[in-house]
Amino acid sequence: MRVVLGEDLYLLREGLARLLIAHGCEVVAAVGDGPDLLEAMVEHRPDVAVVDVRMPPTFTDEGLRAALAARARVPGLPVLVLSQYVEQLYARELLADGAGGIGYLLKDRVFDAAQFVDAVRRVAAGGTAMDPEVIAKLLAHGGAKEPLGTLTPRELEVLGLMAEGRSNAAIAAKLVVTERAVAKHTSNIFAKLDLPPSDDDNRRVLAVLAYLNR
Amino acid sequence: MGELKERLLLAPLRGWALIGFGIWNAILWSLVVTSGSLISSMGVGLLLLPATLAMLRSTANTARRLAREWGGVEIEEPYRPIPPELAAEPGLGGMLRRLLARVGDTQTWRDFAWAILDSIVGVGIASLAAGLVLYGVYGFVIGVFWPTLTNAGMNDWYTFVHVSKSGALTNLRWATFPVGAAFLVGGAYAGPALIRLHARWTSVLLGPTAGAREAALNRRVARLTETRADAVDNQAAELRRIERDLHDGAQARLVAMGMNLGAAEALIDQHPEAAKALMAEARESSAKALTELRELVRGIHPPVLSDRGLGDAVRALALDSPLHADVTADLPGRLEPAVESAAYFAVSELLTNAAKHAHASRVRIDLWHRDGRLRVTCTDDGRGGATVGSTGSGLAGIERRIGTFDGVMAVRSPVGGPTEVTLEIPCASSSAKTSTS
Repeated sequence: MRVVLGEDLYLLREGLARLLIAHGCEVVAAVGDGPDLLEAMVEHRPDVAVVDVRMPPTFTDEGLRAALAARARVPGLPVLVLSQYVEQLYARELLADGAGGIGYLLKDRVFDAAQFVDAVRRVAAGGTAMDPEVIAKLLAHGGAKEPLGTLTPRELEVLGLMAEGRSNAAIAAKLVVTERAVAKHTSNIFAKLDLPPSDDDNRRVLAVLAYLNR
Repeated sequence: MGELKERLLLAPLRGWALIGFGIWNAILWSLVVTSGSLISSMGVGLLLLPATLAMLRSTANTARRLAREWGGVEIEEPYRPIPPELAAEPGLGGMLRRLLARVGDTQTWRDFAWAILDSIVGVGIASLAAGLVLYGVYGFVIGVFWPTLTNAGMNDWYTFVHVSKSGALTNLRWATFPVGAAFLVGGAYAGPALIRLHARWTSVLLGPTAGAREAALNRRVARLTETRADAVDNQAAELRRIERDLHDGAQARLVAMGMNLGAAEALIDQHPEAAKALMAEARESSAKALTELRELVRGIHPPVLSDRGLGDAVRALALDSPLHADVTADLPGRLEPAVESAAYFAVSELLTNAAKHAHASRVRIDLWHRDGRLRVTCTDDGRGGATVGSTGSGLAGIERRIGTFDGVMAVRSPVGGPTEVTLEIPCASSSAKTSTS
């Protein structure tokens, strides 16, 4: 798996590169600011880009904007954004094109190397990996806002886990139910959110998008 | 071309409008006198006088506005403010006391004098602005159509030209052309200047006297002293809170981490399992420390605010709110950072209020920046009844915080709802640098 890395802090950049290489990834470019990152993403067309939100030159949200710009030029380019804090607003912006291949995680998630690399793989495969904190904030409101009001609490829970990027099998394990039960929930969710039949991965992304867009 | 239009059309039209204004003033001051004199004969004057005085004041304020917009003369409102507790006093007693306060304000009397004099002086100046150009045009009209006009009984003199006189001086009637042209040109030149002169005249009596100006300055100094003390107190409290949070939170966790790692180091050879457990604990501590630091940073200055500015930061707030919140933002570029921050925390507080106290389900937040002022309105569909200073509402805190920037807050919250809170904060905007990618 070919990875472009965007992170301005030297220690973190090296650490991330080492971690990814240890898990069999090839780091084709490791850069430290927004413009370089955009260039590297467009030039190398990596399988996935792992990007810090805050970077030079303005130390605001260059990483995010570079990711969005790169995806505008290379549609569906998988990007995993890392940040010291998560905002639903940014999650929505990242998912807005509906193409999937988006991850948005707190930097702390790197602590658990296995889970982090798993998230990187899922994103590279076109799935999503939303940080549990984004999901938790959404669930805290009980889905009272449209159009999720029609979902049952259980379906909301399943949708939340889906947004984190878990497979049906993983969701079943987490909720201690059968995989068939989860499949039933997901098809209910797709029906209630009025998502047309298409391949499952894409519908999962659209469901997550509806979830964040409520 | 635009300037010619202003000189030939706009200035005379404004002149006519100001003549109308002067005539209204003549009616107005008679109304004030009538209602005032009715006090001695019957009690009704007491009920009428507040109304006519309010009319007088709003007329004077309109004149101030016109002087600014048309004549470019800035006239401050020199009225003494009515203290809020008096403004809120109900019943006849409150009405009488407010009337007394108004009559006791010297400016009310100056307004009154202005209304009387403006119907003479103001109208005189305005007539020149309105009439000169028109009279110039009339010179051409009378030069051509004098027979019809004089037959219809109109005056056959145009300034010093006697248009209907025949004989040797027959041709003199054409002299109306150059004279008319002179009026036209003169009027065009003098028009805007006359409108400015009218504005200057308005400022003579409607502007503040030296005494009023000094009183206003004193009030301003008192207000600044008060808000500065508030600002310093707020900041000190904030720093104390941050210090405490760091001390009890991240700092303590780092100490624990160091201890765990030290112990793990000592144990790693003999008891690798125990060392592993300690290291896992250390990792957990570091995650908790990060979470706490993140919350702390959010409370000091939310990152999304530095990233994107007030509009997107409020949108992010709305997304995190349990309410259905609609946000519209019409902000050019970035605002002053301190104002952005104050407005952000104010909106945050208002959203909390709407959810917690008003039990609202929908909120609408509008942000816009015009004439060097940031305006924020927050309207919810809750049960209303909010007052500044009621326990736990935090409205007084918002008022204090934006007071530092000379911001003001208005709360309209009838029992039963809805609640509308408006904030207005003077601030400049820099449309420069919203940062480029």
